Amino acid sequence: MWARAVLLGHRSWMGWHRGFTSKTDPQGSGRVTAEVIEHLERLALVDFGSQEAVARLEKAIAFADRLRAVDTEGVEPMESVLEDRCLYLRSDNVVEGNCVEELLQNAHRVVEEYFVAPPGNISLPKQDEQQPFSHN
Amino acid sequence: MAAPMLRGRCLGRCWALACIDSGSRHGRGAATGFTSSGKRGQSFVAQQPLLTAQKSRKGEHKWAAVVGLEIHAQIASNSKLFSGSQVHFAAPPNSLVSFFDASLPGTLPVLNRRCVEAAVMTGLALNCHINKKSLFDRKHYFYADLPAGYQITQQRLPIAVNGSLAYSVCVGKKWRQVITKTVRIKQIQLEQDSGKSLHDELRSQTLIDLNRAGVGLLEVVLEPDMSCGEEAATAVRELQLILQALGTSQANMAEGQLRVDANISVHHPGEPLGVRTEVKNLNSARFLARAIDYEIQRQINELENGCEILNETRSFDYKLGCTVPMRDKEGKQDYRFMPEPNLPPLLLYDTASLPAGADPQQVINIDRIREQLPELPSETREKLIQQYGILPEHSFALLNEVGLLEFFQNVIKETRAEPKKVTSWVLNIFLGFLKQRNLAVNESPVTPSVLAELLNLLDRKVISSAAAKQVMDMKRGNPRAINKLIGLVRKVTHNRADPTVIKEILEKQLSS
Repeated sequence: MWARAVLLGHRSWMGWHRGFTSKTDPQGSGRVTAEVIEHLERLALVDFGSQEAVARLEKAIAFADRLRAVDTEGVEPMESVLEDRCLYLRSDNVVEGNCVEELLQNAHRVVEEYFVAPPGNISLPKQDEQQPFSHN
Repeated sequence: MAAPMLRGRCLGRCWALACIDSGSRHGRGAATGFTSSGKRGQSFVAQQPLLTAQKSRKGEHKWAAVVGLEIHAQIASNSKLFSGSQVHFAAPPNSLVSFFDASLPGTLPVLNRRCVEAAVMTGLALNCHINKKSLFDRKHYFYADLPAGYQITQQRLPIAVNGSLAYSVCVGKKWRQVITKTVRIKQIQLEQDSGKSLHDELRSQTLIDLNRAGVGLLEVVLEPDMSCGEEAATAVRELQLILQALGTSQANMAEGQLRVDANISVHHPGEPLGVRTEVKNLNSARFLARAIDYEIQRQINELENGCEILNETRSFDYKLGCTVPMRDKEGKQDYRFMPEPNLPPLLLYDTASLPAGADPQQVINIDRIREQLPELPSETREKLIQQYGILPEHSFALLNEVGLLEFFQNVIKETRAEPKKVTSWVLNIFLGFLKQRNLAVNESPVTPSVLAELLNLLDRKVISSAAAKQVMDMKRGNPRAINKLIGLVRKVTHNRADPTVIKEILEKQLSS
């Protein structure tokens, strides 16, 4: 499951961080540093639980890198496969809402009619504090 | 652009301005308006910062501050930006939330036409170039009040760019000269608001209300063309008035409909810009200028003590009156912007490019919107000056209070007194009367007709100025009593009567 999440996250990412592979390894051997892994885990809340997971990420990057074989010089990037569709405009009427009971049904904890969340953001433990490759 | 010089430790004192809390219904605070005696009340225009005579210990150091703003205005619409749930302040928690707002799987965003129109109107009013094609993106970060884990915004290609906002600054010793300053608008974009977090320190938990999640926002980005808190506050005030005139946002800071973040840095003129800090969530008009000036001074102090400024995010502590670093911001945020895959590009048209036979509900014509733009505050002020010959600063004051302009115009209609007289009465005596009793214009027991009558009597020299003031003031502003009094006076003075007689009558009535 997380491998797919990684791949999806990665694809959209590629567009914005073209220099990624060169950042990890200028020679192009495709190694991803522990620093980058930690950064990714923090950003996307995915867990690279094992060395295999990291290897899979590296393979995925190498696979996607083949896109570079295509010469896109002077070609406008496609923003969306929907780019020639019409963006539907909705009238400004109130047609939904008023379903607080249904919404709270799946909430783990509720106080009056509020969802309950932990205070602020819980920071991830640092790399050295974590057990490096523990399986969930 | 001439940036004011700030010497050494002491920030040039900017005169308190921009009747800053007039965004709220009751313009509480000191009376606005200028009198020829130079009475300094809170007003609407910024003063340029004064140079102080003080020299710093190290000799003369000139600092210039650079202030940019990111302003979020809640769009005045019935439903939210991408869903059909209601937009309303103060409702039972989570009652105005649709499945999309709660980010339940399987839901998709559907763009609200009214929000797009509001963005175009605002862009046009601020002299922006409207992008005929704009795009939506996802900005990712984790927080409990952002159920999707991302906010839909317009980072790459927003709906409007490259505009300007003009605001007025008083110069000179007697504030007579009003000069116009401009701040460039980098862009205006449509984006979603997040829900509200209520922190419960005691039980170590946060309560989440998603009523606000998904409400449409206009983010207006102002370039760092401002140089002190007062300029920033005045620009914000003018933007508030424009949004209210357009009807695109009620822009009430007290109700969270207008929120401001400031980007502040200091440098020596001629040298490169300094490191900037971001001061977030300046949600009070009253404290906006103060917070910015505090941060400017803090940075100057730090640099003069040989310390460095960190590129960090801070928030303003209203109780302590200072900016403090915000927790939860570890290093620079990486928002992982990506195109919103569920929304095609937003296309806008003008009369020339409008596709034939298009469904009018589904297309937005920029030209049509431009034609229907209401009168902007700057135009209204200009008209007042032209029509009634009043001073520019008075035209500002008339627009600075909700309902005051209408009141003024109604009085003018019914009275033969000179506009300058009416202006003086409305801005000084009437407004002062309201402030004393903490009333809004629409709560005034003194109606335009009553004031018009009073001014007529004054004009005909039937009653004295002092008597007129007394009438307004008397009997805790009971309107019936005032009318009765006026009626009495008129009856008695069918022909011009002896002023002492009038005075007696009035005094008798007033004392009873």
